Amino acid sequence: MIVVQNLTKRYGETAVVDDVSLTIQKGGITSLIGPNGAGKSTLLSMMSRLMQPDAGTVEIDGMNVFSTPSDTLAKRIAILRQQNYFEARLTIEDLVTFGRYPYCKGRPTIKDREHVEQALEYLELTSLRHRFLNELSGGQRQRAFVAMVLCQDTDYILLDEPLNSLDMRHSIAMMQQLRRVVTDFGKTVVIVLHDINFASWYSDQIVAMREGKLIYHAGPEVVITPQALLELYDVDVHVETIRGKSVGVYYGGANEMQVQQTQDIRDRLAAQLGRS
Amino acid sequence: MLGNVASPTTGVEAPALKFGPKVRLLVLFLLAAGAVTLFMTIGSNGNWDFIIPFRGRKIVSMVAVGFAIAASTILFQTITDNRILTPSIMGFDALYMLIQTVIVFSVGTVQLVQINARMLFLFEVLAMSAFAGALYWMLFIQSDRSLHLVVFVGIIFGVLFRSLTSLLQRMIDPTEFAVLQDIGFASFNTVNRELLALASAVIFVVLLVIWRMNRVLDALLLGRELSVNIGVEYRRDVMIVLTMVTILVSVSTALVGPITFFGLLVAHLAYQTIGSSYHRYTIPAAALYSVILLVGGQMILERVFNFNSSLSIMIDFAGGLLFIMLLLREGRKR
Amino acid sequence: MAIANTLQAADMNQVRMNRRLIYSVVGVFVLAVISVFLGVYSFSIRDLVRGDADVHASMVLLVSRIPRTVAIVLIGASTSITGMMMQMLARNRFVSPTTAGTVESASLGILIITLFAPGAPIGIKIIVASLTALLGTGIFLAILRSIPLRSPLVVPLIGIMLGGVVSSVTSFFAYRYDLLQSLSTWTNGDFSRVLRGRYEMLWLSGALALVAYFAADRFTVAGMGEAFTTNLGLNYRRVMVLGLTIVSIVTAVNVVTVGAIPFLGLIVPNVVSAMLGDNVRRTAPWIAVTGAGFLLMCDIAGRAIRYPYEIPIGTVVGVVGGIIFLFLLLRSSSRVG
Repeated sequence: MIVVQNLTKRYGETAVVDDVSLTIQKGGITSLIGPNGAGKSTLLSMMSRLMQPDAGTVEIDGMNVFSTPSDTLAKRIAILRQQNYFEARLTIEDLVTFGRYPYCKGRPTIKDREHVEQALEYLELTSLRHRFLNELSGGQRQRAFVAMVLCQDTDYILLDEPLNSLDMRHSIAMMQQLRRVVTDFGKTVVIVLHDINFASWYSDQIVAMREGKLIYHAGPEVVITPQALLELYDVDVHVETIRGKSVGVYYGGANEMQVQQTQDIRDRLAAQLGRS
Repeated sequence: MLGNVASPTTGVEAPALKFGPKVRLLVLFLLAAGAVTLFMTIGSNGNWDFIIPFRGRKIVSMVAVGFAIAASTILFQTITDNRILTPSIMGFDALYMLIQTVIVFSVGTVQLVQINARMLFLFEVLAMSAFAGALYWMLFIQSDRSLHLVVFVGIIFGVLFRSLTSLLQRMIDPTEFAVLQDIGFASFNTVNRELLALASAVIFVVLLVIWRMNRVLDALLLGRELSVNIGVEYRRDVMIVLTMVTILVSVSTALVGPITFFGLLVAHLAYQTIGSSYHRYTIPAAALYSVILLVGGQMILERVFNFNSSLSIMIDFAGGLLFIMLLLREGRKR
Repeated sequence: MAIANTLQAADMNQVRMNRRLIYSVVGVFVLAVISVFLGVYSFSIRDLVRGDADVHASMVLLVSRIPRTVAIVLIGASTSITGMMMQMLARNRFVSPTTAGTVESASLGILIITLFAPGAPIGIKIIVASLTALLGTGIFLAILRSIPLRSPLVVPLIGIMLGGVVSSVTSFFAYRYDLLQSLSTWTNGDFSRVLRGRYEMLWLSGALALVAYFAADRFTVAGMGEAFTTNLGLNYRRVMVLGLTIVSIVTAVNVVTVGAIPFLGLIVPNVVSAMLGDNVRRTAPWIAVTGAGFLLMCDIAGRAIRYPYEIPIGTVVGVVGGIIFLFLLLRSSSRVG
């Protein structure tokens, strides 16, 4: 169980994460959604001890994330952020093998190698294992990093917009694999998602943020609704139920504030023209 | 390393490496051993009683400094995640020159050479390490800034020190200046015997520490976030590495003076030819390249050009040029 | 109504800024006057004004003092403007002739011409130095294009590395031909060498700085990349070459005449942009004025601190500029690293 209490992070005057408290139960997929600047990535970074907070605590399975030794945590939680680039030339296999580092400290045993094989197969990377990371497409690189994280075999997996470079097929495959590790191995996945429909389709719970504050923490049936989405995104979203899941159609939705502003300007112009 | 084995069952495209990194290291070792042997024996006329200590000392100093420069450069590049930087740009040599210049300015070169060499050496190493340590501590630990910023600040201090040095140098008599200049440019010929033993011991100890943490270094290749994810105590380990780098650079600068770009050259030679990114291969490879180039270079200087000093200026010059060419070539490949 | 109010407020602001600019120019002029009269040889102003001053006084004034002050103003302004221009072209706050290998490349050119033709006229020296500066800066840009740049700090670090490599090449040849001590005097900026008849090329720097000001918009566009530039109908290559040529010539002229002054092109544009923003049309005059004023202040300090001895300007700016730059880098609001 992940327990976040009063977590705050400030840049200058602005609170990027503003006094957020929440509890994520073990097992299942929890999505983190919200508009740009909502603080989702920052929250995830703090939860995984990658960033120090200005206030608040995070406990995972009773361990204080900011004081527990990093390598104890590494066997319990795995975090993958968006930008992952480094100078060194490594092959996919090298990278995925690093996922076993918390256990073997760089000297992989046979069991470790088995985990690596499994992870490579899971993400359809076996034929690419000897290719260097900088020779791959964005999608292939992304899958390699997720394979590393899966190889790490942790109870909690935190992912920051992992679908970003993936095409349709691979996005679906990734989400299905995540669902599978949850069902088969009882893992807990916390994932920042841009697309509300992927969130709705695959999550058990959704955490919705806006401007640093926690707005909703509930199931998709509560969060993926027109009122909630308007509150979060300032966009009119039409929600339908398809195969028992809420799906939002927002492509043509007018931004309510914009409509009001346009109307205001029209009124003022009309008034001025009327006067002169 | 698994990466070298073709997998017939899955029809994997095997990498183009014909020889693994271990074989390549062996080749480099043989080349280095050959160079050393040649250096010791060429034109000797059987005068072994003189030759072995005289040339032997030069060899030891070249090996010690070569190893120190190679290791410190590769370590520094790993933790800064940048293969263009070298630790010596961080103003170490400027501080070194400043210390020397202040001494010459205040008491003259005569006094300088009379100061107990060991004391001076330790003082210089400590001063440089203290400066660097304070810098890292303030920026990196206390306020969590990026390493690039730390490097940049170090460079600016380097400029500050250099400005002060050139100010003092203007006020020094030209003959004293000439002596100072020679100190400024390293020479493997004039390395003090006592210093060499002490320096070599320090370098050896540091290399042992590095060897013990070579797997952690590999993990650090992934950058801060990924290495923290797999359980590396990032700040602690980077501080340790930085300390080792600082000691290595300080010792080699105090021993033979500033050598800035040679490390870059051997590091890139290692990256491009050893066929692996792991430190257990890259550091020894770079160290062996250092020995080959330094010993070979010194032989050429002595036999062909009849210079009797300043191997390191040549090395720096050649190293710098070759490095730029390597960079541009690497860039074109991408 | 609201729009009219806003326009009026903007106008007022502009008038206020223009007034402040004029005050600053006056301030710089005052500094310049101080600079002219500071020195070992004492003048009587009354005598000068009355035209009674002895021949020696007017000679010192005309041959040494006034050219020196003019040189300071021109170099301060032109270095700062070229720094601004390089920052626009590279879209990076930390690029400047000092952090792109330009200065070191120019010094190499000076060494080359000194080795092969020590008696060559100053014009030839400048041409050779410009060519090497152009080559060096070109290599810098080529390197930038070929490596991933993940932090804005990496760019000046690379420039400094390149500068270091070039200066190690220069040092090597200087050592071989026994020119090391000379090298260190050329390369450390020093205004005491400025005399009438040996500084006039600096007007070229000033003129080129003006050209840069008028072409500023083009440089801003070019900084956004080749695609963007071509899209707007400009010839990317031509603009870049123009920019680089201006930077190289200005740097070469300045280094040949006076030597290298570190940090100048780096800190002045950054300080001005911290206070006034990045609109080049608006800030360029300020950058020129601030550059001239800053250099004048450093020069006056360099001559006053250990009167009658003079601390070379390169050293003074190295220390003051270094401190200012550290402050710029480390203030928490910049959060650059």
